[in-house]
Formats: sequence, C-alpha cells, structure tokens
Amino acid sequence: MTSSATTQTIDPLPLAGARQEALREVWGQTLVELAADYPDLVVLDGDLANSTRADIFAAAVPDRFFEMGIAEQNMVGVAAGMATLGFVPWLSTFAAFMANRALDQVRIVVAQPHLNVKMCGGYTGILTGKTGKTHQSVEDIAIFRAMPGVATIAPADAVELRSAMRAMMETPGPMYLRVTRDPSPTIFPEEYEFRIGPGVLLRDGGDVGLVGTGVQTTRVLEAADLLASEGIAASVLHLPTLKPIDAGAIVALAERTGRIVTAEDHSIIGGLGSAVAEVLGEQRPTPMRRVGLRDVYGESAPNEYLIEAYGLSAGHVARAAREVIERA
Amino acid sequence: MAPGGAPLPGGYNGATMPLGPAKAATGMKEHVAMTVDAASERANQAQSRPSLDELRRTSAEARKLIVQAIHHAGAGHLGGPMSAADLLVALYFDRMRIDPARPDWPGRDRFILSKGHSSIALYTVLAMRGYFPTEELMTFDAAHSRLQGHPDMHALPGLEMSTGSLGQGLSPGAGMALGAKVRGDAFHTWVMLGDGEIQEGQIWEAAFMAARYGLDNLTAILDYNGLPQFGWPQRGGFTREIPIDDPGGKFRAFGWNVLECDGHDHASIREALDAAQAFTGQPTCVVAHTVKGKGVSYMEGDFNWHAKVPSDEQLASALSELDDQIAAIGEEAAA
Repeated sequence: MTSSATTQTIDPLPLAGARQEALREVWGQTLVELAADYPDLVVLDGDLANSTRADIFAAAVPDRFFEMGIAEQNMVGVAAGMATLGFVPWLSTFAAFMANRALDQVRIVVAQPHLNVKMCGGYTGILTGKTGKTHQSVEDIAIFRAMPGVATIAPADAVELRSAMRAMMETPGPMYLRVTRDPSPTIFPEEYEFRIGPGVLLRDGGDVGLVGTGVQTTRVLEAADLLASEGIAASVLHLPTLKPIDAGAIVALAERTGRIVTAEDHSIIGGLGSAVAEVLGEQRPTPMRRVGLRDVYGESAPNEYLIEAYGLSAGHVARAAREVIERA
Repeated sequence: MAPGGAPLPGGYNGATMPLGPAKAATGMKEHVAMTVDAASERANQAQSRPSLDELRRTSAEARKLIVQAIHHAGAGHLGGPMSAADLLVALYFDRMRIDPARPDWPGRDRFILSKGHSSIALYTVLAMRGYFPTEELMTFDAAHSRLQGHPDMHALPGLEMSTGSLGQGLSPGAGMALGAKVRGDAFHTWVMLGDGEIQEGQIWEAAFMAARYGLDNLTAILDYNGLPQFGWPQRGGFTREIPIDDPGGKFRAFGWNVLECDGHDHASIREALDAAQAFTGQPTCVVAHTVKGKGVSYMEGDFNWHAKVPSDEQLASALSELDDQIAAIGEEAAA
C-alpha cells in the first residue's frame, strides 16, 4: 500500500484552553451517527462495551449490536462471515487483544481475504487507566502495519476520529483504528476532513521536522512550542495513517528541515519511527531520532508518571530535537 | 431462542428482535436478487434427489480424481480428503441449495471447509458439480493455479471462506448464520470440521456463541476419522489415540443438537443432514464416523497417509480398486 494523495496543511487550534474529549466516547457516538447512514453497519463486542464505549451504540441501535463475549478469536471470525454477506462489522475490544489475542484470525479470515472488517483497538498506547502492561498496547501499529492490505489509522483528536470513521466506512477493505481512552485536546477545526493516506502539516519551521501520530501529535505540538521559545523553528507533520504512509510528505519534510524526530505512544520498533525511517532510508537518508517506548513494556501507574517515564512527554520530544540539531 | 429460552443480552434475541422481511431488507444490497431467487429455489427443489447409487458412484469417481490430482501435484493431503469425500458429495449433490452457474447467488447455502487441508476433496466435488472444469484439478498446487493448497475464497468460484489455519472455520460460519437471521435470509450454513482441529479453543468459542444465539441455520459436520497428522501417543502404548473422545457429548454440553451418522453410507448421511437442517432452536453438529484414507485399502486407517503422495504403482492400484467399487455399485443396482 502506498499513498499518492496530497499532504494537507491545517492550522491547528491552540493547545491552551483546548476542548478535552475522550476519543472512546466519540467513537461510540460516531458509530451511532454512521448507523443512520449505513444500514449494513454492525458492531461486535468482546465484553468491553462499557470500556470501549460501544455501549453508546448498543443503547441507541440495539438490533445491530452483537455481544460476542470474552472470545476475541471467534469475534473476528464471526465478523469475517458477516462481511461476506455485505455487513460492515466494527469490532469493539482493546488494542492489546485486537492485535495480539486474535492475530492469526485477523491474518487468515480478514487480512488475507481482504474482507471489509473495521478492527478497532481501544485503550491504545500506555495511558490505559492504570491497567498495566497486559492491557497496554505498544506493538499494535507494528503488527497491523506488517499485514498486507490492512490500512492502519491513528487519529489525533475527536474531530479527526469522527472524520476518519466516516472515511473508513466509505472505503471498503480491512482497517485497523487506534482509539485512546482518556480525554485529550481537540486540535483540528470542525471543518477538517480526514483522508486515508495523506499526512497533515500542522506547523512549518525549517530547523527540525517533528512527526507525530495519534494523540501523541498533540504532545508534539507542545514540543514545537517549547522549541520555539528557545528560538528553534520546528515543522510538525501529523501522520494519522500509518499505512498507506504519506512518503511524499516525509521526504518533503526531510528536504525542508534536514533533521527528523518521530514521536509515538508505541514502541519505536515497528511503529511510526520505523515507518518514517524506512521511507527516509530508501528515499532521502536524514539524521533522525525516534521518541517512544524503547523496547520495553509499560506498567500500571498514573498517566503523568507514564508520560514522563516512557518518553511520551513534550520534553522528551524537544530534547530529541535539540540532540538531532546538535549532531546533524 | 437461546437454550433455556433466556433472553439474550445482545441485540439479537430471537423472538423479540424485529426480523420481518420489510425491515430486514431495508438498504440491503441483495434484496432485489432475493425475489429472483425464489423461482430458482423452487426449480432446485423440484428436481428429484439423486439415488443413493448415484451418490455412491459420484463419491468413488471423486476419490479417483482426488488420488490422481495428488499424484499429479506431487504434494498435498490424501487421508482427510478421502474420509470427507462422501460427506462433500452428499452436501453438493444431494442436500445444499446451490446453483453452480451462479456461485454468487445470494440465496445459496454456504459451505466452509474448516479443515482446509482437505481442499482437494472440496475442489474435486466443486468441479464435478460444474463450478469449473475437472481438468483444472490437475493444476492443484501449481504456480498461478486457482486451486491453492488451502482454499482461497477469492481464487475459485464456490469457495465461501479462506481456511487453512485450523479451528477457524466455525466462527465465520456462525457469522453467516447470524447475518442470515438478522436479514431473514433462508439459506443454511454448513461447516465441515476435522476431529483434530476441534482441539483448537476457537472452535469452542464459536460453539458457545452459536448456541447462545440459537443459530439453527448452522450445521457443523465433524469428519470423525480419529487420526490427526501425528496424534497423541496412547497412554502406556505405542499406537495413536483419537484426538478427542466423545465430541458429540462436548458439543451437546455447549448447547448443540447432536446427530451421528456413518460418514461413508449415503443413506445414513442423507438422514442426518436432512434432520440437521430441519432442526429448530439450536445449531446441530453431525458427528460423521469416517475412516481416514477411505476407499483405498492400503490407505485406510493409516495416519502415514495424512499427507503422502502415492507412487505410480500405488496410483494404479488405487484407481483399479476404486473402479472395482464403481463396478460393484452397478451390479448391486442390477441385482
């Protein structure tokens, strides 16, 4: 999968005083909105509806909500069977289980036959409500990105998530969607329209190119503010689609800045950092740093602690930017 | 709808769910085709069913093609395809509502070969039934062939699901059956399981869910030949044990209707499949007692023939034996 679409340029809303919205709530509400337009949309749940907020859908559209119990492997197979009849199943479980517990099922009956199943991973990254490493997800991007034909999408905020879900519904094919648990700032204006593939340039600066995905992009914007206060002009490229990746945007960013820093709430192995390094390694070798989990699993702790301890904070991103500027 | 009649927590709870045709058809792409289907279905049912001798002859002919295809490919599985042959012939020539000229007909019955490594048996029966030319069977496993080692649902007409990683076929079958219930579609979904693969936990996840939703439009057929690829060593001995004891009891415990049949006796198979389709309220598992390698004496009951290619001499001997069986069917009919 390669992206040929054009990179968008968007002025983000200011972080100070930004509206805080939990993506999981928006996910549940958006499913209800989509159900009104798409009679073939169904939701299958792995007994986590009140965590993923599929319960919002279950209450509003009960005849298209199907509880599958704690049996993710079967849930994926049922979804594949329903997809052959023209239904569009959206799956409700945690990213850790979507990517790991049902991996072979995803591979055999969704990815290989390229069926129209929308695989949603709730509770992505490590900010999962003090659940610890078993329920955190630091390798899901790597797993889904490696699967031929599976689009991999990580929206930054409520506006982008809502738009991305409509795009996913309008576009047939297997897709994986990352959905975070806790409230995060809304950075996109209401009129923003997500498209599968293209990156979004949120800020232009010539000293360093910062690349984010998912809600981590909001912390990247924060890092750009920090750097600006030190006189460093950073570009910020948001890549809501990990696959197909917007290689053109990455190369253009490298050409403009000469230095790249990636930031993700995921392992730096196989995730955004790897995806960007793959593009640059082949097309425009550029000094870079990858910020994220450094080949470790997380732990159960408050978010503020985890953000600092596992390399997610704006400070970590800014530090990596300074490093790459000094050494390149 | 669920065993015990308890209301389901999910959206679909049988009696209380509005499943009327008008509602079910709203926005459904296949609605228009369904009215055309009614005529086709009547035509299908008006056809008289084949005689048991015809089914026996077809089964033996299928076995000849299976052995020839594996010999020609120089690879593939034999024991399982031979044990499944009669069941597949019964489904495709006797029981299922299908139209080989329209493999995408929305009203068709669905079949999933969960034990995907028996693909050559399914391909053979599909070819004999008219989905594609029987000559194509000799491309099995070759580069660019539509006959992949394990079934690829997009490669060949008539395949409803990609399978091969064992234990995965029952769940999509349950999904098709659930989807049919939601839309009020009348088709039946059939899934063939191997007795080895029911060691996989996902089978029991699917069994639980199918019973919970009362999917009486779903039938699992268990090819109970008792011999997996290598098998469990017999406790205290040197022979191979059957992988799972009393599979019928296990499905019954999960809330299924369970029937047994002789998987090589077309009268017994017909009775079981008819009863399975007619049963209401619960999904049915047909435990079909079979013999691995059935039809060729030197293969029967020998786990070494799970995936072994016959030599030229073995092929000749197998074909001669199967020809004798076909000749004997004619004699019985004449007598």
